[in-house]
Amino acid sequence: MNDESDRRQDGAADVAFEPRITAFVCNWCTYTGADLAGTSRLHMASNVRIIRLPCTGRIDPLFIIKAFERGADGVIVSGCHPADCHYTSGNYHARRRFAVFHDLMEFIGVDPRRMTFSWVSASEGAKWRDVVDEAVRSVRELGPYDAYRALAPVGDREI
Amino acid sequence: MSDTVTTEVPVYAGVAELRRIARELLDAGDVRVIIGWEHARRGARPVFITDAADADRLIFDARCVHNLVTYLNPRRDNVAELGKIGLVVKGCDAKAVAGLLREAQLTRDDVVLIGVRCGGVLEEAELPRAAPLGPENVAPRCFGCDNREPELVDHLLGESQPEPPRPLTTIDERVAALDAQPLEKRWAFWTEQFGRCVRCYACRQVCPLCVCERCVAEKSRPQWIEASPHPRGNLSWNITRALHLAGRCVDCGECERFCPVGIPLSLVNRKLQQIVAERYDYAVSDDPEHAAPIGDYRLDDKQEFIK
Repeated sequence: MNDESDRRQDGAADVAFEPRITAFVCNWCTYTGADLAGTSRLHMASNVRIIRLPCTGRIDPLFIIKAFERGADGVIVSGCHPADCHYTSGNYHARRRFAVFHDLMEFIGVDPRRMTFSWVSASEGAKWRDVVDEAVRSVRELGPYDAYRALAPVGDREI
Repeated sequence: MSDTVTTEVPVYAGVAELRRIARELLDAGDVRVIIGWEHARRGARPVFITDAADADRLIFDARCVHNLVTYLNPRRDNVAELGKIGLVVKGCDAKAVAGLLREAQLTRDDVVLIGVRCGGVLEEAELPRAAPLGPENVAPRCFGCDNREPELVDHLLGESQPEPPRPLTTIDERVAALDAQPLEKRWAFWTEQFGRCVRCYACRQVCPLCVCERCVAEKSRPQWIEASPHPRGNLSWNITRALHLAGRCVDCGECERFCPVGIPLSLVNRKLQQIVAERYDYAVSDDPEHAAPIGDYRLDDKQEFIK
């Protein structure tokens, strides 16, 4: 399959593939860390759309599935380091949930490199940049997630 | 198998006891209904006995594949209206009762459990009489069962049964064969399998542990799971169903048995059992005090997938 074919059809001829990555981050650590990366003027890939949530414990695996359905080529889930959760244990619950989800998706045939999980604290602006750059780099290598989009040609909406 | 096996299957020794206990429980008014199995034209089928005189209809043999715990599911409040229930359970069924107790969907006093010692059931159970179990007809999930004599029960009937035979291909071998395939092959396999889903939700309806009053698949604002039976919505539904059973599934095989298009759900369920066993050293038991792995955590849980 030609990865770029359908994107070239809408006029943007020969535009290189730019991954679209949805990041689900917790309000208290990673969002603040990403904010720090911005205010520190760190250079990083601009392919990530951030969705801020109260806690990684609030992130249902369905969010990730929905992101893929709506055209994401990759996702990032990031929150407070263990022992740092604003709500004490939300990240511990999330860790189990996403461990199981991660392994199941790999069994189903989803490349785990499309899903990045990380702990980024409010002071780790530089780590957030590294997480983003690494996620963008690996998704760029994998190419657009056409295999997922090809599941249903109807009702497609861009994010 | 053909030359060594007699065609006669020994009658399960516990059946007389089962009928006697059912009669006593109904006569004494301890329960209002006994839910068990009876003979039917196409094999065994569930039966609700409310009159002690009908207790002799109860049977148990290798055709009794149905997990009757689905009738205790709080979604089925019409069953609860019958009054206190006496329920006949195999080992896997008892694990499902423990699951409902663990999640406070049931109290132990709501039900009298009549356990049967189980030697495995048939994969294709719609037979006029029980067949001897062999590698070619045993339900593959029965191989290696760790709960053939349930402990959660009030009465345990019959004599000890032999280990179920090893099936021609075990579920673990099928999962391992898939694991050995490259990612693209697995994707092709599962999208083809899930692509056939007609979204009848029989897997959910029959599951004793799908307890939500309102399923996420029914929600339309926002619509988390697309309702149309196209491969994308089907993938979303089947992943969600499997994940919601992670660490809870008792491997009774009812979802797969009820699936009208034959999706091998037992492979997904078994994979999840392997994941929680490997990561959290967890196996589902019929001990309600044994906390389920999702909803619980340890400070030192493995996190090699997290950057």
